[in-house]
Amino acid sequence: MKTTHLLTTVAAATLALGIGAVAAGNAPGVTDTEIKIGNTNPYSGPASSYSTIGKSIGACWNMVNANGGINGRKINWISYDDGYSPPKTKEQIRKLVESDGVAFTFQTLGTPTNSAVHAYMNKKKVPHLFVATGATKWGQPKKFPWTMGWQPNYQTVGAIFGNYILQNNPTSKVAILNQNDDYGKDYVIGMKRAMGDKFEQMVVKNETYEVTDPTIDSQIVSLAHSGADVFVNISIPKFAAQSIKKMAAIGWKPVHLLNDVAASIKSTYTPAGLENSKGIISVDFYKDPNDPEWANDSDTLAWKKFMKDFYPDGDIANKFNAYGWAVCHTMQAVLKQAGNDLSRENIMKQAASLKEVAIPMLLPGMFVDTSPTDFYPLEQMQMTKFNGTQSVRFGPLISAETE
Amino acid sequence: MASVDHQMSNPRANPADSYKLFGIQMPKVRMICLVAGLGVAIILPLLVTNFAVFQMTQVLVYAIAVLGLNLLTGYNGQFSLGHSAFYALGAYTAAILIDRYEVVFYWTIIPAGVVCFIGGFLFGLPALRLDGLYLALATFALAVATPQLLKYGHFEEFTGGVQGIDVFKPDSPIEALTADQYLYFFVLLCGVLLIIGAWNLVRGRTGRAMIAIRDNPIAAKTMGINTSLYKSMTFGVSGFYTGIAGALGAIVAEFVAPDSFTFFLSVWFLVGMVVGGLASIPAAIAGGVFILYMPNISEEVISIFFGNDPSAKALIWVTFGLFLIFTVYVVPNGLAGLVRLFIMKFARRPGE
Amino acid sequence: MDLFLQQTLDGLATGAIYASLALAVVMIYQAIDHFNFAQGEMAMFSTFIAWQLIAWGMPFWLAFLLCLVLSFIGGMLIERIIFAPIHDAPVLSHIVVFIALTLIFNALAGFIWDFTIKEFPSPFPSQLPFETKLIGPHELGVVAITLVMLGMIYVFFKFTSVGLAMRAAAANPVSAALVGISVKKMLSLGWGLAATVGAVAGMLIAPKVYLEPNMMLGILLYGFAGAVVGGLTSPGGAVVGGFLMGVLENLAGTYVIGSELKLTFALVVIVTVLLFKPAGLFGRVVVQRV
Repeated sequence: MKTTHLLTTVAAATLALGIGAVAAGNAPGVTDTEIKIGNTNPYSGPASSYSTIGKSIGACWNMVNANGGINGRKINWISYDDGYSPPKTKEQIRKLVESDGVAFTFQTLGTPTNSAVHAYMNKKKVPHLFVATGATKWGQPKKFPWTMGWQPNYQTVGAIFGNYILQNNPTSKVAILNQNDDYGKDYVIGMKRAMGDKFEQMVVKNETYEVTDPTIDSQIVSLAHSGADVFVNISIPKFAAQSIKKMAAIGWKPVHLLNDVAASIKSTYTPAGLENSKGIISVDFYKDPNDPEWANDSDTLAWKKFMKDFYPDGDIANKFNAYGWAVCHTMQAVLKQAGNDLSRENIMKQAASLKEVAIPMLLPGMFVDTSPTDFYPLEQMQMTKFNGTQSVRFGPLISAETE
Repeated sequence: MASVDHQMSNPRANPADSYKLFGIQMPKVRMICLVAGLGVAIILPLLVTNFAVFQMTQVLVYAIAVLGLNLLTGYNGQFSLGHSAFYALGAYTAAILIDRYEVVFYWTIIPAGVVCFIGGFLFGLPALRLDGLYLALATFALAVATPQLLKYGHFEEFTGGVQGIDVFKPDSPIEALTADQYLYFFVLLCGVLLIIGAWNLVRGRTGRAMIAIRDNPIAAKTMGINTSLYKSMTFGVSGFYTGIAGALGAIVAEFVAPDSFTFFLSVWFLVGMVVGGLASIPAAIAGGVFILYMPNISEEVISIFFGNDPSAKALIWVTFGLFLIFTVYVVPNGLAGLVRLFIMKFARRPGE
Repeated sequence: MDLFLQQTLDGLATGAIYASLALAVVMIYQAIDHFNFAQGEMAMFSTFIAWQLIAWGMPFWLAFLLCLVLSFIGGMLIERIIFAPIHDAPVLSHIVVFIALTLIFNALAGFIWDFTIKEFPSPFPSQLPFETKLIGPHELGVVAITLVMLGMIYVFFKFTSVGLAMRAAAANPVSAALVGISVKKMLSLGWGLAATVGAVAGMLIAPKVYLEPNMMLGILLYGFAGAVVGGLTSPGGAVVGGFLMGVLENLAGTYVIGSELKLTFALVVIVTVLLFKPAGLFGRVVVQRV
């Protein structure tokens, strides 16, 4: 990238003027009674299935407001549709920042869409907080001091899988299926990082699919015929379910490592068949509300009550709604911590100084943790194995710090 | 297509009342409208916010793309659901030149256009043998396959694969203008040049041949028009326009990625063209305005009916669909046709 | 060799899906001389209706039949309300309305039923009476139903007076009207039948790919490709074309181009066939009269 020098200049300028400078009053969009927060989500178009995240966060703010807001301020949540089209995101974000005058943006969804506004937000010095994508590039405080991710990034998960294979199946042959986009490819990069030279030796077949592909049967057949005994499956619930079903149909029974995106009892295992899904190994960082393990868990009960009261149309089976709930609480923590100094600088500063904050729906023992040099709020995960009715956690919390 | 009755010139216009502008003969009323329109286009961006300027820039970009499609469909009668592919080709050409070869942004516009002209011409060759629906089908397939092609591993070194390419907006060299205004005027200049070009093209010999092929290909052929050449050329020119729009769009959005160029983008161009009006150049601008503002307006309208329920935002495409059907039924010649109708009514009065 | 066999059989199974949709594409082409770009979304919408009926507690086959009836009526209504008034409008108007319908059905389904994947039950037994890993019961069922549908359509067009009248009305509306065929009625009927065939296709596809509003875009492309390969005037050809696309897609994906370019493969097939054999493998050549 020849543009790097330009970026560094921008970043240097931002650092000099931005963080560390004296707070110059509250951010635009903040009054004594209100905080305006901007967001984009794909409410229409092909990626709409993600939009329940935006909806559940909106419902979460309604609950916050019903309970009196944060430090007496109500949240004014403005969430626009971008149809998952980067140019449209750019337009909507500029509208939010320049015309609606939001204090910051939060949980804007998608990698290509956020990429389109990455430079803009940093140039404008508007906090671009907890973006809803697991790409690795959101945690670069030096280059992009105004952008921060939230969920454990895809490369981390890939690395966890890589390490797992090295430890438990060091002589195996590995097959990989991944979605042909940044999300799918980041996992593979993470695996490569963890496995080093072993990656080339052990991986015997790597197939990809397109979201528009009707079925992935052909890919599964090819992977099965590669003779692999470990299968790393990086796919969204629709294709994960298809692959589990197909594997059962052709009788391929490798060690099955499934990415966290699809590790959901209701969205993946049930449609694929619970029996077929037995033995699938995955990782997770938040509680699957449909897992019997959490049936009487206080977090889950609170979440279910929230769903009933504030988002009755939302699907209880959909894990994304728990995700929205957890990330909304992270944002609340930042705003509470910022107190009455709601300048953009301070909001960003507080977001970058969350110290072991407990967030509902995270797995036991997990915290959100950031520092001015660590823009990855969640870096721990735990491995799980599906036993036919629930995903049983095993091993310690794995912390894969991103280099 | 025959129902699109394009007026080559206004027969009622008194020659003494007509003027020549950029080599185009036109009646007084139109000339006044044109000058006034251009005046607004120049002065307005100096008065509004940067965000509004940015939106106006996007309107112009879409207008150029719609104009490209209109040259093909409106004037030549060939269909395309695949113009997102040419738009993508133009956008990537510009982005790669800027990112990898550090070419200054304004030098990338013509290369982008030329690449797309060649692309359009080449796609036009097989398209010669396909009429109507078959062409729509082939171009539909092209549009659906485009994002996948852009991600293709072997091109990744150039295209940045799924990550796309960052393009940085040029700073304004003129102190009085903000970066947004500077870019707006640049796009406006391109747009005006392209419109003049299109105007001259469709009013001239070539245009008459294009229209003759649209209205009656066989008669056109017997009259000695080389239909194959004209059809492929039109595809090329259409690609040229759309490619330039793509290049400008990449610079305005400062980013290209495969997800920006899905089949839905082609649908947008189609919607813009149909709502604006076929075989009309000013209609392209109306189309651009529609493409940009319609989603926002729909979002507002929907929120009136459904309150704050974000699920209802999925209905945006329903409103477009209804709008399209409405246009086909009520104003088959689009907004341009509507305006023409008004002008004819209005102009008749003094004569009576 | 094992892989080759497995991929081929799998291709046939996927091909059956394409074939069933291609059949719907050809049905409408026979009836109105146009492709229906909204065919995929209409099928998806029908399937959602069936899903909803089942979710309300209706037994599968009853829901299936009711869905077919509703789709038939829906197809007729679309023709009557939307297409009849623009019957003589240029082709572009039709394409625009097809696209409009695509958008409307897709967004409406998303609004009503959400975008998360739904399980759609397969009507076939979960076990085959014989032991094989090569092909699943649902896949076999899809192949069988597609062939049965083809047979019914063949008999309908070849031997029933309504079928013959329909073909006549599409091929030569003026002459058909002269011999007393109500062209209008035939058009509505054609739409109704095409919507019904589409609904069957949707309900066969959904158990395999899971039901969601966007499930059809890729399949539609392959369905079109199948119809074009087989010939748009030949239902049998469309079915063969659909099967062929499924097999070719798998073999090309496995041995030649890799899975990264599968959609591009459909594009290349469509363009190539249209260029070199526009009538398809089994279609009749349409001579344009001047």
